[in-house]
Amino acid sequence: MKFFFFHLMPYGAVDLDAIDGNAWVTFSNRHYDPKQGHKLYNRYLDELELAADLGFDGVCVNEHHQTAYGMMPQPSILAGALARRTEKAKICVLGRALPLTTNPLSIAEEYAMIDNITGGRLIAGFVRGIGCEYHSYMVNPGFSLERFHEAHDLIIEAWTKEGPFPFDGKHYRFQYVNLWPRPYQEPHPPIWIPSQGSRETLEWASHPDRKYTYLITFSPVESVTRNLTAYAAQCEAYGYQCTPEQLGWALPLYVSETDEKAAQEAAPHIENFFNKFLVSPVEYKLPPGYSSMASYKYVMATKFKHREDFLSYKGVTDNGMFLCGSPSTVAERLEELQSQMGFGNLVPMMQFGTLPGELTEKSMRLFAEEVMPKLRPIASAEMAAAE
Amino acid sequence: MAEGASERISINGCSINLAKGGSGPTMLYLHGAGGSKGWMPFMDQLSDRFTVLAPDHPGFGLSDTPEWLDNMNDLIFFYLDLLEQLDIRDAHLVGHSMGGWLAAELAVRGTGRFRTLTLISAAGNRVKGVPMGDIFMWSNEEKARMVYDPAAQQERLNAELSEEEADIALKNAFTSSKLCWSPRFHNPDLEKWLHRVKIPTMIMWGENDPVFPPPYAHAYRKLIASSELRIFPECGHSPQQEKLDEFMAGIDAITSRN
Repeated sequence: MKFFFFHLMPYGAVDLDAIDGNAWVTFSNRHYDPKQGHKLYNRYLDELELAADLGFDGVCVNEHHQTAYGMMPQPSILAGALARRTEKAKICVLGRALPLTTNPLSIAEEYAMIDNITGGRLIAGFVRGIGCEYHSYMVNPGFSLERFHEAHDLIIEAWTKEGPFPFDGKHYRFQYVNLWPRPYQEPHPPIWIPSQGSRETLEWASHPDRKYTYLITFSPVESVTRNLTAYAAQCEAYGYQCTPEQLGWALPLYVSETDEKAAQEAAPHIENFFNKFLVSPVEYKLPPGYSSMASYKYVMATKFKHREDFLSYKGVTDNGMFLCGSPSTVAERLEELQSQMGFGNLVPMMQFGTLPGELTEKSMRLFAEEVMPKLRPIASAEMAAAE
Repeated sequence: MAEGASERISINGCSINLAKGGSGPTMLYLHGAGGSKGWMPFMDQLSDRFTVLAPDHPGFGLSDTPEWLDNMNDLIFFYLDLLEQLDIRDAHLVGHSMGGWLAAELAVRGTGRFRTLTLISAAGNRVKGVPMGDIFMWSNEEKARMVYDPAAQQERLNAELSEEEADIALKNAFTSSKLCWSPRFHNPDLEKWLHRVKIPTMIMWGENDPVFPPPYAHAYRKLIASSELRIFPECGHSPQQEKLDEFMAGIDAITSRN
């Protein structure tokens, strides 16, 4: 199994009382203090660099806009900073939100630059961006999926076809696609697709032309299992066998000396994560057209119904959205779940909400020193073969 | 007063629902982003004097959602086709909100088929420095405030939609978002061409419209020289429902003269 340390870089210094049912789009930036931001950016980059030193296989950043939830509207800047401070770890951007940009070639360029600087250590994540970001960026949610696919095709062509060539899409049109620099890795950096489990994404990512790593994020364990199993089944339907390399799971995770201590230390911070940083009204999350009408109705009737409720520490540990405990508890649970789901990539988010630096670092060290060694041999032959 | 009858018509392969009622000169009524709400009391009144044609736009209500419908231009050209196919002449063109925008766009492309234009709380322009309301972000409580009267707001909040009605509301929201998300409910170029509208035009607006505040009404008044503006106090986004008598007086004023 491989381990990718994921950071959201929340604005942890936020006045929690000011987040009254919404931390997105219109949550005023008067609640952001650049002096605190300066400290946090540097602390969080230290944590990412520490992860690389501790032997994580990769360090991960991602993109969110106009929110206290994450301070990385332009994640490639952080990836660039990490590129020169790490030597072996993969640099994973999970991911850039393709439909939000008017020129996807800028993403192809950023990614190619990081791949060149690091000599091929980039993992390129592609996402659609969440509903809130369609309000923030005024991008029409009704074309989100079309733009995602078209931007993806353009980036792959830009990376793999000799330029200059024209690109004639519906949303993106270019006379001269001619990318300088070309990516370092051949034919292009590995591509990961973070998802919350839409059927369309699953079928698209697992297609034999792509075989992208499918990363289920922040979901109850029952839904993670269902989606990863469905992905593997879809590979089989396409006529090939899914590898552990193709499956990933991203979740907040905390380790301390004992189960009791872990619960006590993590509880307030994980509750802040789910009930403060993540919250926004449903109209922000699901602008009309962002999903198909059928999945809109489904999500409204299921997931978002529950999102309105307070998510307690007990609730999120019981449903497996959060994994927390002593090193042996966490290792055993992950081993058990890996045997059910077959994932080869684990993407723990080890700082969440307001979790302070000392606790983050302790949890990282315990995980790297006492959990990773136990799990690393799992599926290692297949993972090595995929290199 | 006959309830409007519905029929299906097909324009270039796109099948739409057309509500029709009354007799007299033709009046084409173009609904807003919320879709048509059936044969409304104001339509009943209008049908005393006019042959009212109230289509569901493509992508709205009971009409088809065609693959080609990507933006307002597509909707405008669809209606240019419809005007030709139904051979609509000497008609009174009325549009509410997004439908008002649509009516203004049709009018700048040629007013030969129309005797008058009536714009009710019309989208289409952007008044710099005066934010529009954001119906895509508003909660149900906020949306209810599009009506001025608190009792009517409550009624709207308490209304229980059947599954079919809820599906249509969702369909309307999906299409209006696709057509109007950005630029938000306007065409930045429209103001350059509204001078082409030279037929008598009535602009009716609620003084308390939270979607397009009154400066949006004055903008239309200024851009269309042949227009008259009536602003109704204690009225929200839908004067044709909230101020029925005043609305009918406005219609009478513009149509009886022309």
